[in-house]
Amino acid sequence: MEDVMSNFDLVLKAFWVTIQLLVFSGIASLVFGTVLGACRVGPVAVLAKAASVYVTMVRNTPLLVVFIFVFNGLPQIDLLVGVPFLVKGVIALTVYTSAFVCEAIRSGVNSISIGQAEASRAIGLTFGQSMQTVILPQAFRAVVPPLASVLIALAKNTSVAAAFGLMEATARMRYFTNNHPEDRTLIFLTFAIGYIIIVEVMSAGAMGLERRWKVAR
Amino acid sequence: MSSILFDNPGPRTVARHRLYSVIGALVLGLIAAAVLWRMWDTGQLAYAKWEPFVTPQYIQALLVDGLLKTLQMAFVSIIFAVIFGLIFGAGKLSDRRWISAPCWLVVEFFRAVPVLLLMVFVFYAYGVGGGFGSYWSVVVALTLYNGSVLAEVFRAGVNAVPRGQAEAAYAIGMRKTQVMNIVLLPQAVKIMLPAIISQMVVALKDTSLGYYILAPGLTAVGKQIYGQFFNQFQTAIVLASIYIVVNLILTWIATWVQRKLVGEKQPMLVSEDTKTGT
Repeated sequence: MEDVMSNFDLVLKAFWVTIQLLVFSGIASLVFGTVLGACRVGPVAVLAKAASVYVTMVRNTPLLVVFIFVFNGLPQIDLLVGVPFLVKGVIALTVYTSAFVCEAIRSGVNSISIGQAEASRAIGLTFGQSMQTVILPQAFRAVVPPLASVLIALAKNTSVAAAFGLMEATARMRYFTNNHPEDRTLIFLTFAIGYIIIVEVMSAGAMGLERRWKVAR
Repeated sequence: MSSILFDNPGPRTVARHRLYSVIGALVLGLIAAAVLWRMWDTGQLAYAKWEPFVTPQYIQALLVDGLLKTLQMAFVSIIFAVIFGLIFGAGKLSDRRWISAPCWLVVEFFRAVPVLLLMVFVFYAYGVGGGFGSYWSVVVALTLYNGSVLAEVFRAGVNAVPRGQAEAAYAIGMRKTQVMNIVLLPQAVKIMLPAIISQMVVALKDTSLGYYILAPGLTAVGKQIYGQFFNQFQTAIVLASIYIVVNLILTWIATWVQRKLVGEKQPMLVSEDTKTGT
């Protein structure tokens, strides 16, 4: 265990990679997932269908297969050749997570009662106005809890990058376990606590936002 | 078409939407064409690259050594996970703090830790060398994770049974265990069944993580195939298609069970974990 403690900077570095993966792919999948969600609830049938096919396909594919596709498959058609592993990892995680973000957003928008939209139209707001002042502010709040779960799942999913040569926390844990088999339980707990801290910080943040933005009903 | 968000469009909006549709279809078609052209350009459409997926020998390997093993792992771990979930879910519902607190801790711990981290630990601690091997490492890790999620499902399922049921049972003089076993559980299981089946989708997808600890299964067979034919791109497509088909069938069964047992109501949303696993 001493060796691990004296190399604690390696542990921190590994979690730094994990956090980078989490933040970059979190932001990217929020953006892409929102676009998908907008297509899905929007009035243009082709885009709605395309988004729904994307979501069905990606949600039923294991993240690991998505990683194989991005890391091993795409270079074969001359895409992403020579791109850093971190970027590839972010791409794979984004492809996967944005499908779940899209679903969260769709369910949030659908959770707004029809009366709200009807009322806003009844008082003469245009579509843009009713979206801006009535629907979206409420949808935004309704979306916070499911989005938080999606992002927490993303935090745990970054571990899959370990299988593709990224030295993030899980890969580092395997490295330490390999070198110090006698300390494996302590090593596991150290890394597990690291992940638990990330997850707890995120869920505390989500709960804070939820409480702050709670709609008075 | 009427939606929550917009009025039935008038003629001008219909025309605009038609324009958007055309543009959208064009863009999507262009993307598809670009990918196909890229594949053709880099020789990925060559027969040799797809050959293993039309050769009976490899198809058999994919289905028997791959799919069957994967399904087995998922199924076995879900069975164990249900048992684990029942025990710890009941533990969390206990009125005694010295029972419920440790159960809570165990469930929260395994839910917060990535499955892959758990899998690596189980593999190096108990699987490697004289241990039980990578197959059971995957099963154990998936059992612990899915069992914890199902413990939550179970707890929520019992809580979803109307209060009056338990009160009535107490009123006619049943003991706590009787109330649970005779009154609450049979009703809760009915509510929980669809959630358990959708958890199977999660477990099935997570078996692919065995790739990291060299466990058998679809991804392992895929790795062998692309190690031999250097057709990673095609293999990824085939693997994904197999997973998608199997998962869609499972989802369809879950919906059917839901309709059969619970009726047309919304499925029980216990935690987002049941949908957003790895």
